[in-house]
Order: sequence, then C-alpha cells, then structure tokens
Amino acid sequence: MGTQKKGASRGSEDPVELARVPLQAILLADSFTTKFRPITLERPKVLLPLVNVPMINYTLAWLESAGVEEVFVFCCAHSKQVIDYLESSEWFSQPNFTVTTIESHNSVSAGDALRLIYERNVINGDFVLISGDTVSNMSLTQVLLEHKERRKKDSNAVMTVVIKRSKPSQITHQSRLGTDELFMAIDPNTKQLLYYEDKADHAKGSIYLDKLLLADNPSITLHNDKQDCYIDICSPEVLSLFTDNFDYQHLRRHFLKGLLVDDIMGYKIFTHEIHSSYAARIDNFRSYDTISKDIIQRWTYPLVPDVKFFGNSSIKLERQGMYLASEIGQSRSAQIGPFTVIGSGTKIGNTTKISNSVIGEGCSIGSNVSIEVKSGAVLEPGVVLSFKVVVGQQFIVPSYSKVSLLQQPTKQDSDEELEYADNSGGIAEISSITHTVGKLNGEITNQPFETQCWPTSELGTGGAGYVWSICEGGHDEEWRHSVAPIPADKLSEAIHAADDDLELNQDGRSLPPSGELKPDSNDSEYDDDGESRDDSIYFEKEVEATFLRAVHENITVDHVILEVNSLRLSYNKVAADCAGGLFYSLMKLSLETPHDSASELVQATTNVLAKWKKLLKYYLAEIDEEIEVILKLEEICESTKEFAPVFDKILYQLYDLEIIQEEAILRWDDEKKDADESDKVFVKQAEKFIQVSAII
Amino acid sequence: MGDVQGLVNDFATKLSKRKVEGSRETARMTAELLRTIISQQKMTSSTNHAAVLIDTVRGVGRRLIDANPVELAVGNIVRRVLYIIREEEFSLQAGELTLSSQGSDREIDEEDDKLFLSSAATSQRILHPTSLATLLGSKPDMPPTCHPSASRNHDIEGKGNPSSLTLKRHIMEAVNYLIEDIKTCHEQIADQAVELIHQNEVVLTLGHSRTVKKFLCAAKEKKRSFQVVVAEGAPKYLGHVLAKGLAAKGLQTTVIADSSVFAMISRVNMVVVGVHAVMANGGVIAPVGMNMVALAARKHAVPFVVVAGTHKLCPLYPNNPEVLLNDMRCPSELLSFGEFSDCMDFSIGSEAPLLHVLNPAFDYVPPELVSLFVTDTGGHTPSFIYRLISEFYSADDLALQQKLLPESEHSNSI
Repeated sequence: MGTQKKGASRGSEDPVELARVPLQAILLADSFTTKFRPITLERPKVLLPLVNVPMINYTLAWLESAGVEEVFVFCCAHSKQVIDYLESSEWFSQPNFTVTTIESHNSVSAGDALRLIYERNVINGDFVLISGDTVSNMSLTQVLLEHKERRKKDSNAVMTVVIKRSKPSQITHQSRLGTDELFMAIDPNTKQLLYYEDKADHAKGSIYLDKLLLADNPSITLHNDKQDCYIDICSPEVLSLFTDNFDYQHLRRHFLKGLLVDDIMGYKIFTHEIHSSYAARIDNFRSYDTISKDIIQRWTYPLVPDVKFFGNSSIKLERQGMYLASEIGQSRSAQIGPFTVIGSGTKIGNTTKISNSVIGEGCSIGSNVSIEVKSGAVLEPGVVLSFKVVVGQQFIVPSYSKVSLLQQPTKQDSDEELEYADNSGGIAEISSITHTVGKLNGEITNQPFETQCWPTSELGTGGAGYVWSICEGGHDEEWRHSVAPIPADKLSEAIHAADDDLELNQDGRSLPPSGELKPDSNDSEYDDDGESRDDSIYFEKEVEATFLRAVHENITVDHVILEVNSLRLSYNKVAADCAGGLFYSLMKLSLETPHDSASELVQATTNVLAKWKKLLKYYLAEIDEEIEVILKLEEICESTKEFAPVFDKILYQLYDLEIIQEEAILRWDDEKKDADESDKVFVKQAEKFIQVSAII
Repeated sequence: MGDVQGLVNDFATKLSKRKVEGSRETARMTAELLRTIISQQKMTSSTNHAAVLIDTVRGVGRRLIDANPVELAVGNIVRRVLYIIREEEFSLQAGELTLSSQGSDREIDEEDDKLFLSSAATSQRILHPTSLATLLGSKPDMPPTCHPSASRNHDIEGKGNPSSLTLKRHIMEAVNYLIEDIKTCHEQIADQAVELIHQNEVVLTLGHSRTVKKFLCAAKEKKRSFQVVVAEGAPKYLGHVLAKGLAAKGLQTTVIADSSVFAMISRVNMVVVGVHAVMANGGVIAPVGMNMVALAARKHAVPFVVVAGTHKLCPLYPNNPEVLLNDMRCPSELLSFGEFSDCMDFSIGSEAPLLHVLNPAFDYVPPELVSLFVTDTGGHTPSFIYRLISEFYSADDLALQQKLLPESEHSNSI
C-alpha cells in the first residue's frame, strides 16, 4: 500500500472525526397508516417491492451511503416479517453499518415508537429520523454540518427538516405525490421554520398566520412551493420531548406543529433545502407510482435497478429505459415497450405487449396479453394486485381496482388508525377504487395452474382473490391518493378553488374541525357563525315560552309585546324574527288543540290566529316580515305533516284575517319562481289562491 | 481467508456504490486486492497450485466485475493477473523441463543451450502468437514492465528449486510490477509528450483526464510552448477543472463549449484526449461528446491522439455482450428535478411521461477515427491494439463470466 492510499483513507476519516460520535438513524418501518390496504394486510409496507426491490432497501442503502453507521429499525405491524427479512438480507453483515431492530406490538403511532426508543436509551447523539419508505440520494454532510453549527450556537435548535422545491401549483402538487398542499413560513436568513400547515383550507385558499409571527421576525418568507421530504435531523432532545408530551402521536401534525406553537420552551426547527438531489416519501399509491417512475427514469441514481446497491440480481439497462433481468423467458413475438422493468425468472408469452410497467420476479405472463398474468386475461391499466392473487382465464380486471386475497373488512379496525380518525372522518381506511398506471408490481407470483378453490372468487375461473369494492364514502379523499388520472370534476374543482376564493360546495371533502391546529387569530370568525345560529334557536324557544305563558296565564297582548320586545333587544334580533317566532308558537298551539280532521285543524288554527291577531300584527309592519311569516308557514308545513295538506287554506285564513297582504303573497310566489321543484310544492298548492289574489 | 473475503466484499460494495471512480484508481485497487488474495492463498496441494490460484482470482474477479460492470479496468486487471499466473506457471514448468533435459541428455549441447536461453521467449510464443513487437523488441531496450518474467526466469533456474513458494513469490513480484506499472503509467506516457507536441501548436482536449494533464504538463516542462483548447465536457464540466490546472502550470489555455469544437478544430494541430477504455478492435469508450470531437478531427484531418495506460486496454471487442458500454447517469446533472417536475402534467396521470432526460456517461469512438494510441509501452495505431492485447492477456481468460443462458430470447428488443 503506497502512501497515496494512506492519505486517501485519512481523508475519508475526517468527516467521521468531525462527527465524533457515530451517526445514528431511526428508521420507522411502519407508517402507522392504512393507505396501502389491502396489500398491507399481508405484508408490511416497507417490504413492498418498489421497482422489484423491497422499499426498505432504498432507505437503508441511502443511509449507508450517506455515512450513517448505526440504524435502529423500529418494527410494529408485521414486525416478524420485517425482522426475518432483515436478518436474511445482507444488511446485518455490512462493515461499518449496524442495523438493530426494535420490535413493538402495541405502538400505534410514530410518537409511541419514539417514546419506546427513548426508553431503550440507545440514541446518544444527533440522529436521522426517517421512515422506511423514503427514497433519496441526497448527501447528508452539508445538512449535518449546518445542524451541528446551529446546535453549537443555540442548544434549542433541535431539528432540521429537509425540504425540496416543487411546483407551486396546487394541482401538480397534489397529483404528483398525492399529498396535501404544504404551506411553510421560513425565516430567509436563519432558515428557521416558523409555520407549517399541511392541511390548509383548500376551498378558501387562505391560511392563518399568527400576528406575533410577523411581529417577532424582521423578515419572513411564505412558501407553498416546498415539499416535505420527511427526512429529519434530530437532536436527542426530540426523543425526550416526545416522552414529555405523551399525547404527541404524529411527527408533523403533533410534534412539529406543537413545537412551533409552543413558545415557552423556545425550541426551534430549521429547514434545509435540497436542489439537485432526490428525496421523496411513498405515502400512498400515487406517490408509489410517481416514485417508481422517477426510479426508472434514474432520478435516484445510484439507487436504480441496474446498479446493484442491494442484493445480487443483475439487471441490464437496454435502450429506451428497458431494464431486463438476465434470466427471463421472452417470446420472440412479445413486445416490451419503453420504461419497463422485468424481474428475473419471468416468462412472457406470445404477442404480449408490455410497456411502462414493472413486472416482478417469477411472473408468468400469457399470450396475447397486454400486461397480464394468465392467458386471455387482461389487466387494464391501474389495477393493484396484492400478493399471490391469481387472475383467471378470460377475465378482465376492471381498471383501477384492487384485488387482494383477503376480504375487504366491512368495518374498519382502527387499531392503527387513531391518528387518522380525526382527520378524514373515517373514510380513508377502506381504501377503494382507482389505482396505478399499469404498475402492477409483480407480486403476481402466479403459479399459472393453481388449483386452489375459491368459492367466492370474483376473478373468473381459476382466479383467486377478492375485488375490493368501491367504498362510497371514501371517494373524496381517494382521488388524490390513487394513481388513476384525477377525475375531471375534481381537477376542475381544484382549479376553481385555486382561481377564486369562492367557497366550493365540497361534498364532504373533509377538513379537520378548525381551531385546534390553527393560531388563535382565526377562531373568532368561526365562533361568530356558530353563536348566531345558536342564538336564533334560543330566541325562538324564549319567544315560544313567553307566548305559552301568556296563553295559560291570560296575560294581555300588550304585556306579551313588551316581553317579546325585551327578548328581541337582548338577543339583538329584528322584528321579522319576532314575527316568525310568534307565528311558529301560534301554529304549535293550534296543532296542540285536539282535532280529528284537516278541516278541524284549519278551524282551530283560524281561531288561534284570530285571537292573537293583534300580537302578530304588531310585528308585521313591513312586507318583508309578512313574507317571513309565509316562509315560516312553509317551513312548518314541511316539517309537520298535519299542516302539509292545508297550507293553502291557512294561507287563505292569514289573508282573510288581514294578517298578510296579497302583495306579500305575490312576492313570495315571485321569489319561489327560481327555486327547485321540491321547493315549489306549496307554491303549486297555493297557485289557485295566488291567481285569485293577483287578479284582485 | 475470512479477512480476505471481507476485503473483497468491501471493495465490491465500494464498486457497486460507485464510490471508487476513475479507471486508474480502480485498477490499482483491484491489483492490490488481488495481490493480497494471492499472498493469503494457502498452498495445500503442491500439485496444481496455479490452477487453484487461477480459480480463486477468477471467482473474485467475477464478483468485482458484477459489482460494477461499467468499469472495465477491473476486468482488465483481473485478466492480467490471471495471465501473470499462467505465465509464471508455464515458465516454471519450462524451466523444469529444460533443467531435466539438461540433466539427462548431455549430448545435445548447442541446441539445448539455445532452448535454455530462449525459454522465456518460448513460453511467450506458446501462450500467444508472436507479435512483431515481441520479435523486434525482445532486446534489452524493451520496457522491463512489459515482460517481467523474462529477466526472472534465470533466477528460477539459478536456484533450480521450483516449488509452490517460488511460484507464489514470482507471481507476487509480477503483480507488484503490474501495480508499479499502473502507478507510473502517467509518467511513461508523459515522457513521450515532447516527441508528439511541437512548438507553437494548438492542442485540443475534451473534459478532464489526468493522463492528458500530465502529458501536456510534461511537454510544457520541456520548454515546449503551445496552446491548449479545452472543451468543457458537459454535463460534468470537468474541462473547467483541467483548464484551471493547466493555466496554473503556465500553459496558455482556452475554454470552449463542447458545441464549438467543430468551429475550433480547423485551428487545432492535434487532439489529445483521455478515454475510459480501449477495446480490442482499437475503438475507444470515452466521455460523452468524444465521438463528435473525433468526427470533427477526421473532417479536418487533425490527428486524434488517445493517451491511455495499458490498464485501460480491454481484451474484449465492443460487440461482446458482456461489455456494458454505457452508464446512464443521474438526469439531475442535466436538469434539476424541480424543473423537470414543473414540466410534468401529472393530471394526465396514466400516460407515460412525455419528458425524458437521458444522461449517458460514455461515447463509443470507432477505430477509424483514432489516429494514434499513446500508451506506457509506446505509440500504437488502432489496428495494432489486438496484438498488444495478446501480449497482456491470455485467450483463456477472455470469458470470466459464467456462461449465461442463451441470450437469443431478448434480442428483439426494439
């Protein structure tokens, strides 16, 4: 060995000396979500093949090449599978790279995981916090250096979050990785993260910033073009923080926002932006598809199929981005299109066409198929097949459907779902419809002549597996996560939302109940709305109670007016409200009078109305108030079926007793002209009467 | 042995992660690794130790080549070490043969003497067909590194005690020569610079190559005054590094874009470039953009000179399916990922992306476009490369890889 080599090795030791302690990493081999069901029912997400390599290998390979020396893999769901896999892999035998697994069965969130790791007391320096589904090729040296220098100056700088620029358009952002749009406020000088909101109100296109944020910082930049890479450099304090705040579950939603809002401890979070290198996290089927494409297009170099960063399968890159394993059986008449990965041991039949797909290892694909499994069957684009699913002969799997060997659970078992329960109103779990762009990963380990009997098979003769049905409620969040092209209506909706600030009629596009995560400043507006609604209910009740007391205790009309007026003032209402409230009370009173038929009811109503005409008339100074009464009558008739058939008669009585004038009726009719058919029921009922009064 | 296995694994990992780059560095490290392996190899059976060694080296070689098939220098060095083993074994046997023949048949003197003297040459001649260079050059002035066995054959016979240990010692010596050779190849090549670069010439080069830099600097040191034009070598722009280095050495340097090579070539007297590998047919695998430079040089009849150490000589032809000609590197060298994703309309979704970014690392320059190879053994024309190769490699070692399954199945790729 010449001096040159010694020099070189000394050179490589320098960064290690700088770090002093070996760099550690915590890898969460569980995302604590169920977005990948039904596949994750059988296999943990981190072992799902991403371009034919289990996902966790990308993360581990990156950590290894980035200079991390010790990795703690936290396994929860399917922990045995993960541990078995890692033990049989070569990761345990790497020099200068130790992988330790930590197993837990009762952790339901990242917070629990970190608390458990804290108890183990294994982390003794800065560490990288990453989840097992992150693909990256970035270099850590720069960000580590920055982190350490900040730590020297300020011990409260506990965390550095890696971010990446992405297109600021809401549509692209959502459609690329299927994640929510992210708003961040960053101090441009110190790169301190000041505000983080990934659940911003899309409909309103607005976010709420705390005033203090603007007051305290001389300069602040607001970004909506950043993407969170979910790679964090953390100080050991982070773990103790999780232990101190036992309710922290989600890394971003609770921990990060918690730290940002909490100004007592003064912990600071910083950002590091990467430009040329790649980093992304697989969060849902759409990002799975996108990242697969990115890998095939080599953005993650050197983590690409033909470079053996892991294992020993040899894949050759041919023209047009075809990655072919060395041992495949391909018919001469089969056509393999561009950007296709074919695993070893795969057999492809005659005149089969495959393009833009990843075919796993040991698949057999029949003849006359376009990306397919058994002879005659067709997999339309976007089908997700789970493990060992066999598609029968002559069967067409519909587009964007999911097939699994397990039956779709009728009820969500929300073991792992605690954190998601609050956010998506229980829809996301039974994930449904829509998936992948011909990205059937090859877990279609078809034994072509499997003889297993599937009584309920929905996949044609000889097929095995269940098609997961479309879950109605789950539709709204789903479009964003699925791989299918975004439905046109959703797209236009998104564009619409981006274009103007009009509130969309969003059928259950779930947003979390506001308030909890947002700074205080925005709450008042919401509260106002709520209060006013509550107020009118109380007011009506009070008016009714007053009126009933008047009826039973024979209080004179003047006194009732006095009481109602005081109520009006204390609740800050107008005369119309009083009229409406009183009229409602009158109708209720007449309903309570014993009656046998509709005509008797009308009679009773007329009596009541005649008796209390003066009271009602007091509040009917204007036409508007009279219309209010008609609307109220309509409302009552809608909700009480006794009144429904006699609407026109009561209306006539009201007219007859001169409580309302014909002008009010005509204007009411006018207003209803543009209404829906269902609203016009009563207008039609009163049509004759209206015509008459119009003539008069 | 476990230690050796660890070393091999370590190196293979480095190769596969692309942590070792540059063919000279790779070649040197491969040779050093193989030397360690040979020195640690236990010689249990005295009968066929050479075969054992060959098997071991082959096995390791396969692993290393698999780890990074693009770096052809690994395979070259493995094959050269294999050749050294074969040669040493053969010369030992030849030595034994001559000794024994001397002992038994003393009548035949003169012819035996001749045989005895020329045993080294015989061994070479039997292993590969005699080349013109061997015939003309097997004189004292022949570069010593080229035939390290020639001088040492006499040692064997002097001791007259051939055994596994001597074989191993000789192999080690020869491998040491090889390592020395790799280390000094730049100087050897640079020594020839003065003869090739003349006063007031303009030399064009592309990208960055240490060999080229030493070559040009050597000419400068010998008081030649000339100009250098450096094409920047997109997308890595290593040409900038070279230009700065040359300017620091006091050379008049001009940096141009790759695309203006054609405009510049008429003013250039010679193109000197470094390459990634030299193939058996005299074609070269070189950094991307080189074919264009070569074509421009041909168009204007400018000599296209390739400087390359012998470790870059690959005994395979470029049409060999084992040869992985190119490496598609990360597209972010061309276009940052952010810009790329900006151009994507993901709402289309199911369609294949319309924008592709390709970043091949290498070009293939056919032998017709190369005027001269300057190696550490002297200057050669492309048509002579295959003979040169037969001096460094044994035909038995060309296929290191295990026989693959018939490749015919996926021949209809496009």
